[in-house]
Amino acid sequence: MSADVTLENITVKFDDFTAVNNTDITIKGGEFFSFLGPSGCGKTTLLRVISGFQEPSQGRVLIGGNDMTGIGPNKRPTALIFQNLALFPLMTVWENIAFSLEVKGVSKTKCRKRAEELLELVAMPGQGDKMVNELSGGQRQRVAVARALAAEPEVLLLDEPLSALDLKLRQHMRTELREIQQRAGITFIYITHDQGEALTMSDRVAVMREGVIEQVEEGTKVYDKPVTAFVASFVGENNAFHGTVSNILAAKIVVSTDSGVLEASPAEGSSLKVGDKAIVFARPEAMSFVKRRNLVKNVINTEVVHQEFEGHFWHLILQGVNGLKIKMSQINDGTTEVFEEGKKIKVQIDPKLAVVLPSGPLAAE
Amino acid sequence: MRLWLKKFFLRNGIVLSLYMLLVTFIWIVVMFVLPQIFMFDFSFRFNWTQIDPSKIGSPEDIYTLQHYKFLLFGSPNNPDPLNIVDVTVFGRTILAAIFVTLFDVILCYPVAYYLAHVAKGSITRLMMLSLVVPFWINELLRAFAFRILFGEEGTINNILLFLGVLNQPIDFVRENIALYTGLGYAYILLMIFPIYNAVESLDRNQIEAARDLGSPWWRIHWRVVIPFAKPGITSGCTMVFMLSAGALALPQIIGGPSSLWFTQIIYQWFNTGSNWPRGSAYAVSLMVICVILVLLIMKIFKVKFGEIGR
Repeated sequence: MSADVTLENITVKFDDFTAVNNTDITIKGGEFFSFLGPSGCGKTTLLRVISGFQEPSQGRVLIGGNDMTGIGPNKRPTALIFQNLALFPLMTVWENIAFSLEVKGVSKTKCRKRAEELLELVAMPGQGDKMVNELSGGQRQRVAVARALAAEPEVLLLDEPLSALDLKLRQHMRTELREIQQRAGITFIYITHDQGEALTMSDRVAVMREGVIEQVEEGTKVYDKPVTAFVASFVGENNAFHGTVSNILAAKIVVSTDSGVLEASPAEGSSLKVGDKAIVFARPEAMSFVKRRNLVKNVINTEVVHQEFEGHFWHLILQGVNGLKIKMSQINDGTTEVFEEGKKIKVQIDPKLAVVLPSGPLAAE
Repeated sequence: MRLWLKKFFLRNGIVLSLYMLLVTFIWIVVMFVLPQIFMFDFSFRFNWTQIDPSKIGSPEDIYTLQHYKFLLFGSPNNPDPLNIVDVTVFGRTILAAIFVTLFDVILCYPVAYYLAHVAKGSITRLMMLSLVVPFWINELLRAFAFRILFGEEGTINNILLFLGVLNQPIDFVRENIALYTGLGYAYILLMIFPIYNAVESLDRNQIEAARDLGSPWWRIHWRVVIPFAKPGITSGCTMVFMLSAGALALPQIIGGPSSLWFTQIIYQWFNTGSNWPRGSAYAVSLMVICVILVLLIMKIFKVKFGEIGR
C-alpha cells in the first residue's frame, strides 16, 4: 500500500520566522522523493508537517486523498525515521521493531514472528534478542527502517538517517534503502542536505532554499538543467561567471563577463532579455583544454593554482580574471599530466553543457 | 590503590587532592560510619540503671539482645505474645511511609515530566521557583501552619462547611490526613528533582518516535519514559520513604493524638525514658528494615545501585 502526498499552500511560521513558505507539491504514490537543501531551508519542518508533529500555519496536507488536518502523528499512515534514529535503548531489537504492533494489541508471539520477518527484510536475521547498544551504526539504521516498516505505513519519512554513518556504509545504505523501498512498494520521502544521496536514490528531487522549493524534477534534470542560480550552485559543483546578457541567439545566450564573452544554453522557459544580469554556470566536467590554437570562442585564460587527484577524476584548481576560482575536472584515463603551479593555460567551456541563469543568490560555500 | 592515589594526586595537585580526600573522609567515615557504629554498639549494651557505672568496661559489661527482645515481645511480664503497641506502631509507620512515597510519586512524576519536556523557558523557571520558594519557610512554622489549615476549626473545614460540602467538620489531624499531607508536601522536592533529572535526559525524539508509531500517551509513558526514568524514580522514592519513616517533628505536631509514629517512641526512649541503648536498638531496627525494604524494591524494579547515583 502506498499513498500519494499532497501539500496545499503549506506555510509554517515560527513567530516572525517563516520556515516554509506557501509550498504546493504532489508526491506520487510509490515514489522515492527527496527534499534537498542546506540546513535551515525548511525541509525538516516540511517533514514534520507531513508526519503531523507540526501543524502548518496555513494550508493542508492530504495523504491518499484524505485531509490530515487535526490528525495526530499516531493516527497518520506515515512512519518517520529520525535523524538520530531514536531507537528505544531499553528494549531489545525485536521489541523495538514490534512496538507499533504491541500498540495495536498484537500478541507477543505474533509480534516476535513479524519482527523476525522484518529483520530478514533488512538483512539482519536472528538478531532480535540483541540490545540496541550492541549494534553497529549500519545495523541500527536497518533496525530503524524495520521498526518503521512494521507499522505498515503508506508513506515512510526519512530525516537524514544516513548522516551519522561513514562514507562507505553510507554509500552502501543508499543502494539498500532504494532496494527496500522497491520491495516494500511504499512512498519514501527523504530529507537530506547531501546531494549525492538525493541524486542516487530518488525518483524526483525538490531543491529547497529558505522555505521555498526552487525546482522539482528528476535528479538528472536538476543536475543538468537547473532553473535557478541557487540550484545550479547547490547541486554538484559549478563554476559561476557573472555578467550581462549581450545577445540572444536561437539556442544560445551570449553573456559578457569579466572572463570574456561566453556563450551558453538557456534554461527551460528562460525569460532573459538583453541587458539582464545573468550567471553562466559551467560544471568542472564541462571545461576542457583548448586543443585548437585558433579557437577563441568560450575560451578563458587561467593560471594553475593546484592539482588534485581523486581516483576516477583529477581536478585542476585554476585562477581566472580578477582572482576567480575555477575548477576543472578530467576523467582519469591513466595518463594524468602534471601541471606546475603558476602555469598559464587556456580552458574552453562547452556551450551545450553550460547554462545561463538569471542572477540570484548562490549556495553558501 | 597506591597507583590510583599517585595518579589522583598527579592529576589534581596536592591541595585539591588532600581537600577532596579529607572532605570525603569526614563525610563518609566521621559523619556517617562512626556514629552508626556507636549506635549499633550501644543497642546491645545494658542501660545504666541495670549496671553499676564502675563495672562499665569490665567483664560483666556484656552484650545483650534484651532491647531488641523488648521491641518484639515487650517486658518479661507482658501477657501478650508480642509487644503489640510498639510492633503495631512500627508496622503502621512503615506502611504510612510507603503510602506517602506512593502519593508523592503519583503527584510528582507528571510535574517533573511537564517541567522537563513540556514547559518552555520562562514557565519552567517560574515553576522551579514556585517549587523552591515555599521551602524557605522553616519546618516548624510550616507544621503549625498546617494545624491551622487542617484543624477542626481550620480553613479547609470552614470552606467545606460554608460550601455545604460537609455538615460536620472533619478532624483532619485526628484522621492523620494532615500528617500524610504534611509529609508528602515536605519531601516533594526530593521526589521531583531526581525524576526531573532522569526524564530531562531522555531524547525527545524517543517520545515522538513512540507517538509516530501509533502509541497513545499513556503507553509512551509506560514503555518509554518511565523505564528510562526508573533510576530517578527509585532514587526519589528511596529518599522520601527513608525521610518519611524517620520524620519526627511533623508527626509530633500534626500527627493524630492516638497514633504514634515510631520515631516518637524512639525519641521517648532517648529522652523521657533515659534509655539510650533501647532507643538505639529501636532506631537500628527501623533503619535495618527500611534499608531492606529499599533494597528489595530496587531488586523488584531491577534498578542497580550505581544507577541511583546518576
